[in-house]
Amino acid sequence: MDMQNLSANAPLVVAADVRKHFGSLEVLKGINVSVPKGEVLCIIGPSGSGKSTFLRCINQLERIDGGAIWVGGELVGFRRDGNNLYELDDAQIARQRRSIGMVFQRFNLFPHLTVTENIIEGPVQVLRENKAEAKDRAHALLERVGLIDKRDVYPVHLSGGQQQRVAIARALAMRPQLLLFDEPTSALDPELVGEVLNVMRDLAHSGMTMIVVTHELGFAREVSHRTAFMDQGQLVEIGDSRSVLASPQQARTREFISAVHK
Amino acid sequence: MTDTVYQISHLTLVPKRHYGRMIAAVLVLTVLAIVIHAFAVGQIEWNYVAEFLTVPVIMKGLVNTIVMAILAMVVGIVLGIVFAIMRLSDNPVLSMTALGYVWLFRAIPALLQLLLWFNLALVFPTIGIPGLFSVNTVDVMTPFVAALLGLGIQQGAFTAEVVRAGLLSVDRGQYEAAQTIGMTRLQMLRRIVMPQAMRVIVPPVGNEFIGMVKLTSLASVIQYAEILHSAQNIYYANSRVIELLIVAAIWYLVVVTILSLIQGRIEKYFSKGVVAAGNTK
Ligand SMILES: Nc1ncnc2c1ncn2[C@@H]1O[C@H](COP(=O)(O)OP(=O)(O)O)[C@@H](O)[C@H]1O
Ligand SMILES: [Mg+2]
Repeated sequence: MDMQNLSANAPLVVAADVRKHFGSLEVLKGINVSVPKGEVLCIIGPSGSGKSTFLRCINQLERIDGGAIWVGGELVGFRRDGNNLYELDDAQIARQRRSIGMVFQRFNLFPHLTVTENIIEGPVQVLRENKAEAKDRAHALLERVGLIDKRDVYPVHLSGGQQQRVAIARALAMRPQLLLFDEPTSALDPELVGEVLNVMRDLAHSGMTMIVVTHELGFAREVSHRTAFMDQGQLVEIGDSRSVLASPQQARTREFISAVHK
Repeated sequence: MTDTVYQISHLTLVPKRHYGRMIAAVLVLTVLAIVIHAFAVGQIEWNYVAEFLTVPVIMKGLVNTIVMAILAMVVGIVLGIVFAIMRLSDNPVLSMTALGYVWLFRAIPALLQLLLWFNLALVFPTIGIPGLFSVNTVDVMTPFVAALLGLGIQQGAFTAEVVRAGLLSVDRGQYEAAQTIGMTRLQMLRRIVMPQAMRVIVPPVGNEFIGMVKLTSLASVIQYAEILHSAQNIYYANSRVIELLIVAAIWYLVVVTILSLIQGRIEKYFSKGVVAAGNTK
């Protein structure tokens, strides 16, 4: 149940038979995967296959209808007491989300706050950190993503690539144990993709545990440890990134990869 | 392309003539002149207007008007925010309650609501918590309280709809980003959603505040001493009906003008971080 009981190499994320449907549409049909601490897992797959939904289930933007997810040894969304599972309330769900960062396709920076204010919002409001210290740390994070000179501007004045780098800094400011990326470069002009991928590569090398939904097969091959292929709500294939991308075992994976390369 | 046909710098520019504007100006000025003339030669004793403009009774009425407008608006905004959030809650009891509130208090005319509150004693001679305390309704339901309840509660029903539209105008991604950094529902609403919704909420609420200033005149019917009631009290005594009505009208003009100026400032404040749509020319 809690982190202390976890052995050092226990997986950080475990999904066991995760199911999700919207009405009669089955979107996740039993997802099983476990992600060790420090791993970068890429999820690839056609549009509509359920990749975003799976990420959103991990940080409870969606409620799962079956199976279970553990993050850091803690059951997501429920508290277990003997043989009963109790649904968590709003405040408890919020607490669980703190340690899981998420980066969205459309950045979702807070437009009414400056870059620095965006980054310190979580630490100050949620973690109750001292504002001056949070600011110092925000500026250190902005150095890291190469945007320190933009610290006082509003997001509307930033390019897509810059906004996404601020969004990554905002997620990092919460000191997450896990980062989720949902197609972080899909909304970017081609020439801006590289700057975001570079930041993500640095993060991966620093040992951050990351689950990345992406169409950037180059990034998957070079940076991620494992790659999973999702199709129609199932993880069809998962394995070492180089081998999955170079010599996929499943016909559906092969088709998808060759289609993306075209 | 060095052909002389493509040279225009030596030509004289003749600006477009705005004939429509000229005709409109002539018409408007004519009508204005007629109206001003009518008022000038009409049976209005302007010196009475000047004399009564600042008498204590009128000033007190003005203060009461402003106080009532502000308090009723505060009640309306608080109720509006609470009921808008309830309406969007996934708790069906809260949501239906909010729906019922808006339906009921938006449907009944404000004047009727004032009369209902003021005459509450006819239905409930005493109010209170049984066994704990009880008071005579007539003692509590003063003109001030009845006006505040009547105006504030019906304003809340309108404001709830405005606030709801504001909350819905905020992108879903903003709600999700706020949740992702671990905010609770209330933190998210207060820190992320409401500040952005304000851009949509402030202009109509500003308008409604101006409407409220004028709506307080209804309270004259239940003997609340706002400015119209004060003006009436004076003309009941001295029969200077039009002069005193003009006095009241002047003060409404002054207050509403000031409020409009303030409204512009507030709108500007809440458009931080947004490139205004009107700035694209
Ligand atoms: N909130 C929702 N309501 C109804 N259907 C949804 C919702 N979110 C996603 N879906 C559907 O679930 C399926 C999987 O969506 P998604 O997880 O976004 O796929 P992907 O990210 O792989 O493109 C799609 O068919 C999509 O239309
Ligand atoms: Mg998606």
